[in-house]
Amino acid sequence: MNSAATDTRRREQSPTDESSSHVLPDGLVAVVKAECETCQMVAPLLADLARRADLTVFTQDDPAFPPGVAAVHDGDLGVSWHHDIETVPTIMRVVDGREVERTVGWSRDEWRRLTGDPGLGAELPPSRPGCGSMSVDPDRVDELRVRFAGGRLRSRRVELAAREDDIEAMYARGWTDGLPVVPPTEERVLRMLEGTPRDPADVVATVPPDLVDVSVEKVAISAVMAGCLPEHLPWVLTAVEAVCNNEFNIHGVLATTMPVGPVIVASGPGTRAIGMNSGVNALGQGNRANLTIGRALQLVVRNVGGGRPGGVDRATHGNPGKISFCFAERSDSPFTTLAESRGATPGADAITVFAGEGPRCVVDQISRRPESLAQSLAACLRTLHSPKLVLGFDAILVLGPEHARVFADAGWDRERVLAELDARLRIPGTELVRGAGGIDEGLPATFADHTLPKFRPGGILLACAGGGAGLFSEIIGGWANGEIGSQPVTREVQP
Amino acid sequence: MSSPRYVLDPTSERHVAQRERLARPAGLAGLRVGLLDISKPRGDVFLDRLEARLAEAGARVNRYRKPTFTKPAPVDLRHEIATQCDVVIEALAD
Repeated sequence: MNSAATDTRRREQSPTDESSSHVLPDGLVAVVKAECETCQMVAPLLADLARRADLTVFTQDDPAFPPGVAAVHDGDLGVSWHHDIETVPTIMRVVDGREVERTVGWSRDEWRRLTGDPGLGAELPPSRPGCGSMSVDPDRVDELRVRFAGGRLRSRRVELAAREDDIEAMYARGWTDGLPVVPPTEERVLRMLEGTPRDPADVVATVPPDLVDVSVEKVAISAVMAGCLPEHLPWVLTAVEAVCNNEFNIHGVLATTMPVGPVIVASGPGTRAIGMNSGVNALGQGNRANLTIGRALQLVVRNVGGGRPGGVDRATHGNPGKISFCFAERSDSPFTTLAESRGATPGADAITVFAGEGPRCVVDQISRRPESLAQSLAACLRTLHSPKLVLGFDAILVLGPEHARVFADAGWDRERVLAELDARLRIPGTELVRGAGGIDEGLPATFADHTLPKFRPGGILLACAGGGAGLFSEIIGGWANGEIGSQPVTREVQP
Repeated sequence: MSSPRYVLDPTSERHVAQRERLARPAGLAGLRVGLLDISKPRGDVFLDRLEARLAEAGARVNRYRKPTFTKPAPVDLRHEIATQCDVVIEALAD
């Protein structure tokens, strides 16, 4: 039920013949259905108005309703759809083909003002809510969207054979990441596109390795296949933009023999609004938003960009996170969010993408002094990829809440934690050169006289996520960093 | 008959969605034709007759037999047919 309100919003119309046939006649225009009791109540008024004023009535169900009015039957609900009728009765005033005002339901004052008849409906109650328009009936809205908005879609329609199983058909065409995908029907893709105000034809990015311009529509198709809800789509669009650029270098991340893929760290209040998990098992299974946003991004790379394992994807082992690796930061993090620390507007919804491998756990259940915990974390960070290699790789350090609290209780902020880690990750060259420790891997002998940091400045990305119990943190190792490899990228999420 | 079902192509659309059939040959003379016996009783009687008729039309006939009618033809057999024949007569009867 909607209360009476003047509403001049208009559904975006496509410039097709179909929509131009739904131009409203000038004067008063009412939309009703016989099934609605409020419409039945105002039926005599409409009959009266039709005799005295320039009134056109569109009826959604019964062509003979209202009695005594030569109503136009909106049988295909085209008028209702194109004029965004959500409630019946709706009465509008139209001048030169344009709606100038409307009211929904029955409100004596509103109807009197809109019709210019000061005595209208004196015998009726002052107001009565209307009923739902048939054009917004949940059982019909998907079908109507295809009929009236399907022309906006440009993707090739692929016919499935009558006896073909939908899910198997997706596998047979090579469109899946190994798990079943949701078949991207027109209905589902149009519903997905409701998640963004962007035009389906807008180009989002150029996707490697085939360097294909990907449209909002194609991203929406991947989002459907991944299992996203429409409210996830802006996050997927942002993720696609964030990885498809020279800085992040998704081409290299895809093609490398190292086991990395795009890791998405999501920040901001929107993560909670779309139901993301930043708590118990945040990096694991079981949360739709976490899993489907990351998966949709990878399906774009696979299906639009053409990046497939064994093709341009040459990973020696890969990692399970290449299906999807996306999690949210805790809102109660004692530190600023990762996105904010990287320049995002405080309080904004944002994502940071990172070329990362699978997470590994740091166990320290004893340290209650921040110095001890920093030492413990540094010792584990030092072994990243190889204890003999430095400066070439970044890492995300995901502090569990119980570890984060050790630092927060001691008054250590983000900068202090990172500085203390850096101070503990200065390594004598004698331990890094080839042959040291009996390991041939390492730096050339000329570095023996130097002391080198494990990480470049800014090479540790600090985030806070995970359940409230457990004195653990997680390290996500990166790929070749800097200009030659991949830089983390932070982008604010646009609607 | 159910109405056609469609999905939207998630790819870059640089490749055709369906593989096109080869053009139908004008005649069978000199072409290698495959006949696959699906191992149903008396199928051989029918196929023997077909072979005779095809030979009269100038075709060279290769005969194949799959182990059981209850299962799809083994992939090796399908490959053998694909590499040894120019034309396959696609038909189904019971």
